[in-house]
Amino acid sequence: MAVTDDPALAPAPDPHELQEGWGEEAPGIPGFFSTVDHKRIGKRYIYTSFLFFFFAGIVALIMRIQLARPENHFLSPTTYNEFFTMHGTTMIFLFNTPVLAGFGNYFVPLMLGTRDMAFPRMNAFSYWIFLLSGAFIFAAFLLGHSPDGGWFAYTPLTTKAFSPGINMDFWGLGVVLVGISTTVGAINFIVTTFKMRAPGMTLNRMPIFVWSMLVFSFMAIFAVPAVTLAAALLELDRLFGTTFFNPTFGGSTLLYQHLFWFWGHPEVYILFVPATGMISMIIPVFARRALSGYHWVVTALVVVAFMSFGVWVHHMFATGIPPLALSFFSGVSLLITIPSGVQFFSWISTMWHGVVRFTTPMLFAIGFLLIFLLGGITGVMVAVTPFDWQATDSYFVVAHFHYVLNGAVVFPIFGALYYWLPKITGNMLSERLGKLSFWIMFIGFNVAFFPMHILGFLGMPRRIYTYPSGLGWDAINMIISVFSFVFAIGVLLTLVNFVWSNLRPHPAGPNPWGADSLEWATSSPPPEYNFAAIPVVSGRHPLWDQHPLATAVPGDDVVTPSLTPRGTMERETPFTEGLSGDPEALMHIPHETYVPFVAAVGILVLFCGLLVKAVLVGALGLLVGLVGIVWWAWKTGE
Amino acid sequence: MTDAVVPVPGGPTVRVEPVPRRGYSTAWWGMATVIATESMIFIGLLSTYFFLRATASEWPLGGLELPELKYTSIFSVVLIGSSIPVIFGERAIEKGHVGALKVALGLAWLMGAAFLYRTVIDFRELHFGWRDNAYGSIYYTTIGLHALHVLGGLAISAVVQIKVWLGRVDREHHISVDVFALYWHFVDVVWIFVFSSLILSPHLGR
Repeated sequence: MAVTDDPALAPAPDPHELQEGWGEEAPGIPGFFSTVDHKRIGKRYIYTSFLFFFFAGIVALIMRIQLARPENHFLSPTTYNEFFTMHGTTMIFLFNTPVLAGFGNYFVPLMLGTRDMAFPRMNAFSYWIFLLSGAFIFAAFLLGHSPDGGWFAYTPLTTKAFSPGINMDFWGLGVVLVGISTTVGAINFIVTTFKMRAPGMTLNRMPIFVWSMLVFSFMAIFAVPAVTLAAALLELDRLFGTTFFNPTFGGSTLLYQHLFWFWGHPEVYILFVPATGMISMIIPVFARRALSGYHWVVTALVVVAFMSFGVWVHHMFATGIPPLALSFFSGVSLLITIPSGVQFFSWISTMWHGVVRFTTPMLFAIGFLLIFLLGGITGVMVAVTPFDWQATDSYFVVAHFHYVLNGAVVFPIFGALYYWLPKITGNMLSERLGKLSFWIMFIGFNVAFFPMHILGFLGMPRRIYTYPSGLGWDAINMIISVFSFVFAIGVLLTLVNFVWSNLRPHPAGPNPWGADSLEWATSSPPPEYNFAAIPVVSGRHPLWDQHPLATAVPGDDVVTPSLTPRGTMERETPFTEGLSGDPEALMHIPHETYVPFVAAVGILVLFCGLLVKAVLVGALGLLVGLVGIVWWAWKTGE
Repeated sequence: MTDAVVPVPGGPTVRVEPVPRRGYSTAWWGMATVIATESMIFIGLLSTYFFLRATASEWPLGGLELPELKYTSIFSVVLIGSSIPVIFGERAIEKGHVGALKVALGLAWLMGAAFLYRTVIDFRELHFGWRDNAYGSIYYTTIGLHALHVLGGLAISAVVQIKVWLGRVDREHHISVDVFALYWHFVDVVWIFVFSSLILSPHLGR
């Protein structure tokens, strides 16, 4: 990029003029349904998925009441099955994935120094699909037809013969729906990252969180189709009588597991990679030095993404797979610890060479390190086939994946809440309450989940609704149940903290933590246009290295004025060359529109039609969906 | 460390030189990623096909008829051949020849429609249904999904053609033509794999 110093000084733009040029968001209900602002959408993603998180957490607590004592009758076996299916389905599909997409939505454009995502309307569409798919799955729960075949929905249990009700249809169709949302979101992240960076932000200078969202997106577009296909074929079997998973007619039940886990294992890393991205943003800021081995960390993320597509069979070690395949998948599963280890040592080294401030986000990051270490070690254990044969389907596995998915993903998300909510709401959270929340969560988590390892060794199987007394499981189960409530209290304190911070605002200012990345170069909360003028970046840590940040002067060409306040007034943002980040074209940011909402509702109607096999409703939905496609092709700017 | 919000009044400014546009539009990249994810659906279906076939004692299962080869081959050539006018259309609009683009897109549309018609006939003439066994299931699902993609392509093509006829497309402004062309080539390339796996390969070695 050719950059020359200009003797002119940056002007002080008039906020009213900027806002007038950008255009006011419609207030109230019309604005709610028509917005395409990535920040409003990102915020909604985060808040909606937290609602699902609280629901799934309460469901888990009720299950723990049932399991607290032997031969308990608090829940019926059917209800228990429904609850553990809803718990897993909600946590994976409706909390973990969308909450990370929400942080990405809010922060990727801000970190890149641009004014919106590459496809703002698609972005709104992916949110509406997510919300409606959640509503779809929850409708099942509220109507008393909750899915009950496990969050993995293994055949033959879930085929029509053994699950005759409508229950699993809600699951199958809901999973296809939420897959659409994830895929659309991922496409948006990829194009945004490559085409919309501030001038000077080469790939080499991108914040790690953006890298992690990029890797997340690439994994999603290659992995999600597999679960979509698994669920779609299951639904074809259930609704239209195909025989993909029916061995009597040449089908195969194992086929389902292959399709499901071809998505299922990359999915673990789809969740884990952005969580580590958050950690790699938080640790350097509070160690007050740059991340050690930036290139190593980026390489590790990419390598993990590739390897994660070669480990899915380790979920199927006990299904009678040929020994050669066992060795291969076991080998890759062990190998994946190397890139994970690279990241781990990078974080340790960053703290070692820095001066650590123990703020709440940093505590969550350090807590994550300890929990992830344990989850990683048990991961290595179950990657070894003979060990897995002993531990599979026991509580050891439950302990392992909660250490990874709850500990190593939810803890970073909570750290990220404490770190980034001040930017989103403009208000600081209470540090005292935050630290209290962390310690209660940390203790509650470990005392609740660590004993599950032991329960597994003592032979307690997963997915059982009760157990006889006298097997040595009673005391441990009681401890687990009590401390799962302790964990919940810790979570509740963070909720209280959030509500409190909005009732008694403590303004955060643009950069409360003294951080280095561009989201802190605008006010908190950011204006609708993000940046009045787009910063020109000359290093990996713009806010640490550039005092103050430089901005561009408009040139004679058509592109560079969009870098300046003039771009805000014209509702424009630059497109940049994919690798270097040099500006090369203009994007007009679209205005608010109802079309994403209408298209999403159309698709929901189609799925409701499939659910009850109403041809007319389905055809209507298909028509609305088709109109949506045609409309988009029509609106594509030339 | 700085606490200021950009632009810092009185802060430094630089002159940024834009680069000439080399790559594709964001719409094109969006379609390219859609294609990547769609490819995985077809890879999944073809893997399912070979998984079922590998575990079957005979193929097609249950003594079902072999796929019709003669007409399907002819119409496959028509479908894959329809990429040729699309390529000519892309080249024409780069030089600003709107008339040639109209002819090319029209021709490709007809060729695609002819293929779709043939698929419908094929489905009607089959002596088995998707419920009969796993062979029937995978046959109808894979070929049906591809036919839906052809249908979607025809719909997009129709919109693009209307835009061309209304004069919204010219030498400098033809993103929707590029995006449609990319999608259409994808539909054709997928058919090469679906055709060789589902239609052609059961005939080999007999």
